[in-house]
Order: sequence, then C-alpha cells, then structure tokens
Amino acid sequence: MPSLRREDVAHVAKLARLTMSEAELDKFTEQLGQVLEHASDMNALDLDGVIATAHPFGLINVVREDVRLPSLDHDVVIAMAPDAEDGRFAVPRILGEAP
Amino acid sequence: MTLPDGWEMVVGLEVHTELKTNTKMFCGCANAFGAAPNTNVCPICLGLPGSLPVLNVRAVELAMAIGTALHSTISPSTFHRKNYFYPDMPKDFQISQYDLPINAGGYLDLPDGSQVSIERAHLEEDTGKSTHLGGSGRIHGADRSLVDYNRSGVPLVEIVSGPDIRSSAQARTYAAELRGILIATGASDGRMEEGSMRIDANVSVRRAGDPFGTRCEIKNLNSLRSLVRAIDFEAARQVELLEGGGTVRQETRHWDENLGATSTMRVKEEADDYRYFREPDLVDLVPDQAWQDRVRAGLKPMPAERRATLSTRLRDPSPALLDALEVVIDLGLDDFVVGALDAGIDADLSFARAANEIAGDLEHADNLSLASYVATLQMEQSGELSATQAKAVLVEILANGGEPVAVAKSKGYERLASDALGDVVAQLIDEHPDEWARYRDGDEKLAQFFIGQVMKLTKGQANGKEVIAELQARR
Amino acid sequence: MRTVRQTALDVQSGDASALSVLEESLAAIRARNDDLNVFLYVDEEGARAAASAVDERVARGENVGALAGVPVALKDNLCQTDIPTTCSSKILEGWRPPYNATVVDRLLLAGAVPVGKTNLDEFAMGSSTENSAFGPTKNPLDTTRVPGGSSGGSAAAVAADMTPLALGSDTGGSIRQPAALCGLIGVKPTYGLVSRYGLIAFASSLDQIGPLTTTVGDAAMALEAIAGHDPLDSTSLPEPSPSLVAHVDDGVAGKRVGVVRELIDGADEEVVAAVERAIAVLKDAGATIVELSVPEFRLGLSAYYLIAPAEASSNLARFDGVRYGLRVDAGDVTAMMEATRTAGFGEEVKRRIMLGTYALSAGYYDAYYGQALKVRTLTIEAFRRAYREADLLIGATTPSVAFEFGSKTADPMAMYLSDVFTIPSNLSGEPAISVPFGTGEAGLPIGVQLLGPGRSEAQLFAGARVLEIADGRP
Repeated sequence: MPSLRREDVAHVAKLARLTMSEAELDKFTEQLGQVLEHASDMNALDLDGVIATAHPFGLINVVREDVRLPSLDHDVVIAMAPDAEDGRFAVPRILGEAP
Repeated sequence: MTLPDGWEMVVGLEVHTELKTNTKMFCGCANAFGAAPNTNVCPICLGLPGSLPVLNVRAVELAMAIGTALHSTISPSTFHRKNYFYPDMPKDFQISQYDLPINAGGYLDLPDGSQVSIERAHLEEDTGKSTHLGGSGRIHGADRSLVDYNRSGVPLVEIVSGPDIRSSAQARTYAAELRGILIATGASDGRMEEGSMRIDANVSVRRAGDPFGTRCEIKNLNSLRSLVRAIDFEAARQVELLEGGGTVRQETRHWDENLGATSTMRVKEEADDYRYFREPDLVDLVPDQAWQDRVRAGLKPMPAERRATLSTRLRDPSPALLDALEVVIDLGLDDFVVGALDAGIDADLSFARAANEIAGDLEHADNLSLASYVATLQMEQSGELSATQAKAVLVEILANGGEPVAVAKSKGYERLASDALGDVVAQLIDEHPDEWARYRDGDEKLAQFFIGQVMKLTKGQANGKEVIAELQARR
Repeated sequence: MRTVRQTALDVQSGDASALSVLEESLAAIRARNDDLNVFLYVDEEGARAAASAVDERVARGENVGALAGVPVALKDNLCQTDIPTTCSSKILEGWRPPYNATVVDRLLLAGAVPVGKTNLDEFAMGSSTENSAFGPTKNPLDTTRVPGGSSGGSAAAVAADMTPLALGSDTGGSIRQPAALCGLIGVKPTYGLVSRYGLIAFASSLDQIGPLTTTVGDAAMALEAIAGHDPLDSTSLPEPSPSLVAHVDDGVAGKRVGVVRELIDGADEEVVAAVERAIAVLKDAGATIVELSVPEFRLGLSAYYLIAPAEASSNLARFDGVRYGLRVDAGDVTAMMEATRTAGFGEEVKRRIMLGTYALSAGYYDAYYGQALKVRTLTIEAFRRAYREADLLIGATTPSVAFEFGSKTADPMAMYLSDVFTIPSNLSGEPAISVPFGTGEAGLPIGVQLLGPGRSEAQLFAGARVLEIADGRP
C-alpha cells in the first residue's frame, strides 16, 4: 500500500469538516502513517474468499410494527438549539444544494 | 420536440416516493404532511446522540409490493450509511441501501408498447426540509436557513430506471405509469405537488450508434410538465453545445420552471465521497418465500392489467373514449365503470360520467356508491333523466350524499310528459318558421337549435333524443 | 463500603435506609472528588429523590427490586434525562438529553439510585482517561497513575468507595482494562446482551455497556438487572435477561480452560506470573488446562484500529453545531460546522475521525476497512475453533499494572498497544471478564481475563468467583 501523504490527510480533514494547521497536518500525517504501517501485516494477507460478518450472532429481520410512539415535546426540542426561529433550527447560509 | 437530425437523447429516471406508512422508517413518529415544524420528532429521527434505528415492517412490505409490481427480484438486503454533511440531515449520514438493495432488476411495460428496464428499487430515509431566508427563497443569495425535521426519517423508496428512455414523451409516460403503480400498490399517494413523489432525470445525448455521452442530472422535478420541459431543454442544450465543438461537463443541474431552463447546481468533478459502509445498527433483511408470497397475494391489480380488463370490453373505442379510459385508470375509478358496464350501461356513458363528474369531485368519491352510480346512469339511459340532469344528480350526491331517485325528485326533475313535449315543439315551430323551414329541407344542424330552445323552455327537463324524435315526426 | 448485594439486602429489609446509604456515598464523593476528578456531575437532588422513593416503597412493604437503594455511577456517555451528558467533550458541554438510556431505565426499575456521571476519555477513545476535555481522573490506589480508560471515572468511583457499582462501556477494553488497573471486577457482555440505546456511540459494532464492581456476585447482580432484549436496539439479542447470580458459585470442575499464548505473551513478567498462578488455581479447582495458540489474535489490533475509527468517524458526524451542543458561528453553514468541530473535539478524537474517514474513503476502503472486516471474520472463526478445545479461555487483561500519567501520551501507538489482550473479544462480540488477581509493582493490582463463547456469562462468573476466593476475597 502507498504510504500516507500529507495531501491525503488534508483531503480527509476536509471530508470530516476539521480545520488543520500546517503543524497539525504534519503531526497527523506521521501518526496516522504509523497506525497504517502497523496494519501492513494485515494488508499483506490474501483474504479473497473471506466474507465480512454482519451481526456476530446472525440476527436478521429485526423490525417493528407501524404504530405510533410518543414524539418529543416541541419546546424541549427547540430548547436544545444553538439558534432557532419560528420553531425551526436556524443555520448560517447554506452555500450548495444537497448532493 | 425533436432533436436535430441524427441525434438522440438517452434518459434514465430516478423516482423517489414517500411511503404511505403511519410512522417513519426507523421510529414511531407520525409520517404526516403539514404538521407544525419540529413536532413529529424524537431522539431517533433527530439523530440525538445515543439513538438507534429500528426498521418499520410496513415500509419493508410496501417496498416489496413495489418490487413485485415492477417484476424485480426481491433479494436479501443490507442497509448502508451514505455519509455527507448537510444541515437537513440529523446524523450527517443517510441510512440507505447500496450494493444489496431489496429489489434488484425488473421492468415496466408502458401503454405505448415500449418497455423500460428497472435497475433497482431500494429503501432509504428522507431528510428534513430547509427554508431559505433573505434573497429569493432559493439557496443562492439566502442569509440563513431554517430547518424542520418533521420529514426527517420518513420512509422512501428510490426507483432507478435503466437509461432506456429516448424521448421526453416516453419519460412522461413512464413517470405516469410508475405513479399509477405506486398508487395501486398502496405505497404512495403520488402527490408530486406535495413532494411525496420526486423525480430526478439523467439526460445525455448521442449521435445514433455512438456510445452513451456524458450525462447531467436534473434534480427534484415535481410535475410531469416540468419533467418533459426540462428533459427537452437539457437535451437541446447538450446538442447545441456538442455541435458547437464543446463538451458536456458532468454535473447536477437545477430546472427553473419560470425561466424554462436548467442551470448548474454542482459540478461532479469534486465527486462526493460518500464512504458507504454497512449500517452496523441494523441487521440484514432476508424476506423468505412465504413473506414474498403473502405480499404478492395481497397486491391489487396494476394499471396495465386494469387497462387491459377495461379495453377488452370496448369495441372500436373512439379517441375520446380512450382518453376517458386513461383518466379512469389514472384515478382508480375502474370499479364504477366496470359496475356500470356489467349493468348494461352504454360504454360511452359509463366512462364519461366517471371521467368527468366523479373525477371532478374525487375527494368525495366515497359519497357515491356503485349502486347509486349505476342507478343514475340507468335513468339517463332510459330517458328518465336528461344528460344535464344526470350530471347534476351525480354532482349533488358526491358533494352532499343521498341517493338518485330522491335527489332527482328534490331537484324537480320529472320526466316531461310526451304530449307536453309535443306542445312545446309545436309552439317553437310556430315561433321560428325560418329555422323550421331549413330543418324540414334537410339542414340537420338546426335540430340542435330546436333542442336548445326546448331545453330553455322546459328548464332542462326534456330528453334530447325525444325532442329529435318529435322533430322528425313533424317533418 | 457495602457491596451491591449487602446494600440491596439491607435496604429491602429496612435495616438501612436508601437515603442513609446515599449520604455515605455523597460524603465519599465530596471527600475525594476534587482531587481525583471522578465525577463530572453529581446529581444530589435527583439521587435524594430516588432514594426517598425507594424508602417509601420499602415502608409500604413493596419489593423494590434487585438493586434496592444501590448508588450507581454512570459513565458520562450514557444518556440520562435532563442530566448533563458530555462524553467528556467540549462539543457536548452543557447538553442535557431529553431521554434515558435503556440501561438507566432498567437500573431505576431495579431500585438503584443513580448518583452522577463519571469522567471518561473523550467519546470513549483512549485507555487512560487522559483524553478527557475536563482533566484526567486519578487512580485512587495511586494518584500519580492513571485509572485506565476509557471508563476511568467509573472505575475510580468504585475503587474510591464512592459507589459500589458503576456502569462503563467497552469497545476495545474500556471496562476491563480500567477494572484491572483499579483492582475491580469488570465485565464486557456478549454483544447484544445489553441494550445500546442511549449509549452515545463510539463504534457501533463493538460497543457494549457493562458493570464495574468490587465483587463477582455484585457484577452478576448488576448485569442481570440491565441485560435482556430491548426493542429500541435492533442489534439486541432476542432473549430476556439470563440467570447469572444463581450460577456464580457453580465452580469450574470439569471445565476445559484454554491458555492462549497470544493473550499472555508481551505482558510484563509480574502479569504473566499472576496469570500462571490463576491457571494453577483453576486446575486445583477441577478444571482441565489446555494450551492453545490463536495467531489470528495478533491481527486484532490492526483490524480494531481501522474498524473502530471508521464507525466512529460516521457516528461523530452528527456533532455539527446545528441542533444541540457547541456552535462556533461562521459566515456559512459549512464553515460553522468546521469551526465547531475543530474547537469542540480533542486531539485523539480528531486523530481517530481522520483515520476512520481515510479507511472508508474511495480507493482505500478495500485495503483498510474492507480488509479489517475480513480479519474480524477470521477472529470469529478462530474463537470458534478454540471453543472446540476449551470451554473458556484465560489470559492477561492488560500488559502492565497502572502506568504513570503522561507515560504513553507521546506516541498514540504505545497507548493503542495496551488494548492488545482485550480487543479480540470486541471483534468477535463474545463476553469477557477481568478479575483482580494478585498485585505487582508498588502493590498495584493485576487483572486476569476470562473469555467465553457468546452468551456464556454464567460460566465466566463462576470461573471469576473461583479466582476471587483464591485471591482472598470470599
């Protein structure tokens, strides 16, 4: 596997909505690189026929009936908001449409 | 609309429909339109820390019903997280299905005889809704946005067609037929204007024989009319671009109904990395054969089947009758028509009164029983009621209930005695000698004139056919 | 300090009031909390109300429940209605959940008295509680050393005699390792035995809630009270709570105990010696000893440090400043989210979020996260093979006794390595228990670990009880 590059870390920080200083980028590149390096023993294995496990005890088809359960009180919900208006959560302007 | 010679458009549609369940996909909050903001929310659909999703069995069954109707293979499936940040997404990931959807493959036969393949129809949860303040109400130019999470967690099925559609008309037919199916399965109310059914169109163009061109996605078309206009505009835009030596950039575009044009929303070069991985808080869905059979057994007939059923009872249907047939299928009024046909009512009449009168007050269709419908039409067919009167009776029953004989009486619709009719006709012949002369000489058009006059005098109580009989007798 | 068992007996019989038991607990907290930094929040008012309610019910002759009047400390990643719940993070500072975690409801149903929320490594990411945004917690047995993590506060609460019971969460060892470092019993149950509803998620496929106590019997009582199917958790096992207390004194006669090299090699000499003594005790008690090697366990660390951060990177995305918690304002919503998360998350959390995001990202998924999931399957199959030869397995809980503050913080990998013996059970979803057995350097406690197949908690308690008695705590 190619070793972790600084621009990979910068890209990933953006994806994760985290701002990194130059010093932090350097430090994290080194530290994450070490973890990934440690994982090289795992990477080297040929696990082609192995399938990922879903639930360790094979649970399937867990569903609930389509019946109403109590919702939260509106006032309680809005009280948590850092900023609210007209019963809605307020956020600064959104620059792009949703994917 | 046709493209310049040698070009063809290639269209695939992604249709999202909200499911008609009582509660949301993963929690017991109400799935309801129009509630006050943030009143149908709980820790789960708000994505509060510590909350966990539990799958709504009715959503699964409606998804299976849709898959059955689309001839898909109902398969063991898994949920995945689609990770991206957006304020209307409480968890900043959406629980959806990725490489193992509940319905794989399938097809849709269209009334025009063409077939469109279905790639998949999968389950996912809806997001909250934002309103944008300041500026035009659209995102661009807004100062801030307000988010309502009532819609967050509402169950959705996304139906993805293959890139088989070759015209905007075919796209419209596909969307209309799919909508009919979604309504017939009970999965959806198909109300595009309320946003319970939303369409994204993937459009590209190519010269016939060439491989597929670069496609653009037009998002959130919420009427069949917009669908057609947007596809036509986009295909034409791409052709013009390519003929001018340019290239089509792969991007997501927004359709502006007022401007009648698509515009860039987002360029797909910085392709979103959704980092899909299996949702660890849910377990796999493995619908066994018994469950699938129960769903299939519970399905009502689909529009195509109902269309065929009705068509076989028509001999040489006129274009008008075929139009009425479409309306009847679209609005699910077949039972009225079939009942009327079974009772010996004339086909034109059976269809017309459903496609017009009942369709005109669909909200109250429940007020009209099949028996009342048939009885009213029988009175019209026998001449007891004129067409105008029969229509009025139906409108009244739909609005306020009641039953035909009583309603007719209360409106004063008594059958005009034939000698009374004779007197009226004689009177009119006297009053309009010129018109009578022309009619007697063979101008059939004047029959309508006399019918109109008779109706005026008798306040609509006369029967048109009987008037004609009188006129002819006196010729 | 009374044990859980003794408290429940005394309170239910009327010999002691729940209120008086609570006052002793609150006094112990007041005496040492400022120094040790165990509790981030103490709910005196709520606890007194709960204790009074228990006393009233006792006075009316009602059966209050198995944990009548027992003061409980809750790790601060467990939601409790209207009580500040922070996950030891600035991003949730001041947030009060509008609902209870299911385990909290079950504790209340059993008559327990929640006393407050304990310190942890931020979002449960760490092995020393040094990653808390609100300062570290000191090990009550030696305040120059860490109590372990991430459930360090919960372990310290019990070790400092503040409460006889604490709940923690274990994703890679976060109950068992602090239990070992503080001389306590710590249990990671079978995945799905205890509902995760209301546990603020770190790694959803690995997290489990469990008890920390001073005795095996207490741990069995506590686990019985909180375990069993929960319709709010889709991954919860279908069965109701199992019978555990009744089996604590079953012994180990006739059991095959597997000694797993990979769960011992690499530990300090004194820890290895303690494990060997424990093996001898079990043999004397009638167990057959089997030597096993499970090389797949060596891959566990790599797999864990890709799976856990990957899931965490997604679980922690919701902390974006929009709906609750910290918000740092900015001109547009994306900048606001970025500013909020950058200010709100500590360094270890950022490190793991980025590692996890990378492991899931396009082009790298197959090599990292995808590969790690396969290693997980190998681990499950390896355990399955091991349990054909043995009924339970034994090893060390952690490589060393409690270490000094700052001794592993310079290099993240050094800290991650302390999870090497506990991680395999999280990957397989199978239960494990840490039992204090002997002491090491400077008289600090050593933990020995017993592991079993899914749903085998009863036999783990039985084995742990044998060790407990041999270690001088009948």
